[in-house]
Amino acid sequence: METAKFLPESSLEAWLAELASSGELIVPRREGDAVVFGPYDPNVPLELSRDATAPPKSVVFPACEELLRYTYVKDAEDISKTGMSVEEVTPACGAVVFGARPCGARGFTVYDRVFDAEGMRDPYYAARRAATAFVTLACREAGSACFCHWVGSGPADPQGSDVLLTPVPGGYVAEAVTEKGAALLASPLMAPAGKHAGEAKAVRAKAMESLDTAQDVSPAREALLAAFDDMDFWNRMSAKCISCGACTYLCPTCYCFNITDEAQGNGGTRLRSWDNCMSFQFTLEASGHNPRPTKAHRLKNRVGHKFSYYPGIHGGVVACCGCGRCIRSCPAGVDIREIVLAAMERATAKPQE
Amino acid sequence: MQSLEDIKAKIKDALPGLDCVIGWERGWSPLHGTPLFMRSPEDVDRLTWGPFNVGNPATYLTGFKGKKVGVVVKGCDSRSVVQLLQEKLVKREDVVVFGMPCEGVVDLTKVARKVGDIALVNAAVRAGGTLSVTTPEGMVEIPWEEVAADKCLSCQYPNALVSDHFAGEPLPPAMGRDPAAEQLAALEAMAPAELFAHWAKVMERCIRCYACRNACPMCVCRDHCIAQTRDPHWLTQEDSTREKLMFQMIHALHLAGRCTECGECQRSCPVDIPILALRRKLNAVVKDLFDYQAGVDPQAVPPLFTFQVEEAKINERGW
Ligand code: SF4
Ligand code: SF4
Ligand code: SF4
Ligand code: SF4
Repeated sequence: METAKFLPESSLEAWLAELASSGELIVPRREGDAVVFGPYDPNVPLELSRDATAPPKSVVFPACEELLRYTYVKDAEDISKTGMSVEEVTPACGAVVFGARPCGARGFTVYDRVFDAEGMRDPYYAARRAATAFVTLACREAGSACFCHWVGSGPADPQGSDVLLTPVPGGYVAEAVTEKGAALLASPLMAPAGKHAGEAKAVRAKAMESLDTAQDVSPAREALLAAFDDMDFWNRMSAKCISCGACTYLCPTCYCFNITDEAQGNGGTRLRSWDNCMSFQFTLEASGHNPRPTKAHRLKNRVGHKFSYYPGIHGGVVACCGCGRCIRSCPAGVDIREIVLAAMERATAKPQE
Repeated sequence: MQSLEDIKAKIKDALPGLDCVIGWERGWSPLHGTPLFMRSPEDVDRLTWGPFNVGNPATYLTGFKGKKVGVVVKGCDSRSVVQLLQEKLVKREDVVVFGMPCEGVVDLTKVARKVGDIALVNAAVRAGGTLSVTTPEGMVEIPWEEVAADKCLSCQYPNALVSDHFAGEPLPPAMGRDPAAEQLAALEAMAPAELFAHWAKVMERCIRCYACRNACPMCVCRDHCIAQTRDPHWLTQEDSTREKLMFQMIHALHLAGRCTECGECQRSCPVDIPILALRRKLNAVVKDLFDYQAGVDPQAVPPLFTFQVEEAKINERGW
């Protein structure tokens, strides 16, 4: 931990002001009774005592973004002809995200394999991703919906973070994970970590202890495929789901989108906006046929994608960071852990199917 | 609790003739009850009753079209059943209603204001007028009126308004404050521009997830809601505050005179937007104009289901 620094609590505001002065700074803020990410404003209370309801995913993958603008243009020579002028929209880039929990940033490691891989690079995503730095805050205590340790992560997982902060008495121990992060720690407000490095270790060990025994979810990959046609199983698993999609919109690893042309008069914009597999329209085909007509088919997709299909094509990596947001915010209390475990149990009970 | 045992016995008796009976069981934390779909006697043994049975099981009824199901209800949930019956969205002979007197449910947003992160709560017990909540920092004792759902403090219908089986001694109406009415009065006192600014501000954080819509027992278009239709594409996909507020207006207007004020829309909103006030306002207008309250009288005809050339309280020619 020789790169570790110490930021006294009393210097936090000064550091945030410093970060905000050199670019956009996004922090978890209290808005009404909710905690959501938004631009840093010294007048809006910063909330670090609990994880934000919505992860900071919209900083890199906005809920809605313009891909291009178009206008129909009449040909001056021949008015029966209409051409089109298209203007590409390049994303405005560059932000530091402060105060997300490690799981909220780790989610982007799931996105990267999809949007920023060799031979398949989404320019909008890649530009934002490259220009964004994450200063995350390790958890002191795991909540009862957290299961990051089931998916190979933990309350102080540095994957996806550029700087990892660990809360210790009197301040934060700050460690650079990437070069981008190291640059942020060059601030004169940072002191050497000294004895605080040991305190940080103890905080992390305590957080790890607060988690229950990790379950091995690797058998879920086969087990979910085996349950694919068992609609009775999926009907039971999805009975209380109201098919709203809150789980996917709040999920740091859900990345599905919709593209629509929003016409206005003689032109319009092409938008890319979040979509979600819990919605009827998600797989609705132009013919009117819908291969996923019920909420059972749709929840099957959500769980299957994360624990089976994605790991199947990405070397066993689970597309879930175990943050528990889908559990905490589900209006019906659907618990993805229960579904994964039930599928695994079903597979051991009926190995031949 | 004797009445819980009684209702369990009644559910077990009825189960063979039903697809399932909807109730609650303990969820992922001691504060969270979660819907339970009982299909076997073992499932019935998991049934809970008490302050954490927050969700409205009537929301699921229209999803069981053509099947016979049972539903366990609090008084407020029974209003949704009544309204669904009035609108002929469910058939009386297809539902078996199990009721018990309700002493109120908890508002988890209010608990969070007291204890912070409710995901860290490891025990929660209500004893009479106190809710005791234990977090890693220790136990906090909170007076019940400070954490009960607003609707419970002045609840007029703590016993199911319709039921086939009822267990327990009926309770009298609650006589507490009506914080929702106070909130409505404060909103009504605002000037239009200020009011609009208020709604624009709170809707900013809406993520357009539609949990408010899907949780609503009376929102029955669901998969075919105009907010998401592709063809025609009524609402844009923009995430501007204008579009978000537009959707709330659509929801609220489609619920005018139908909303039973169960509060599920607001409770389900992951970002705690206080949207119930919009429904309450429209209900107040409907009450005033048509003297109608949704879900209290199975025989009454909802105002949107009737038409009179001259409405008694609408002065159409007087301007
Ligand atoms: S699992 Fe929960 S949050 Fe997700 S769609 Fe179903 S009810 Fe909504
Ligand atoms: S599926 Fe649930 S637990 Fe997993 S990353 Fe998404 S929100 Fe978090
Ligand atoms: S609009 Fe809200 S309060 Fe009214 S019935 Fe629907 S969920 Fe309940
Ligand atoms: S539940 Fe809340 S966040 Fe979701 S669409 Fe409704 S108001 Fe918006």
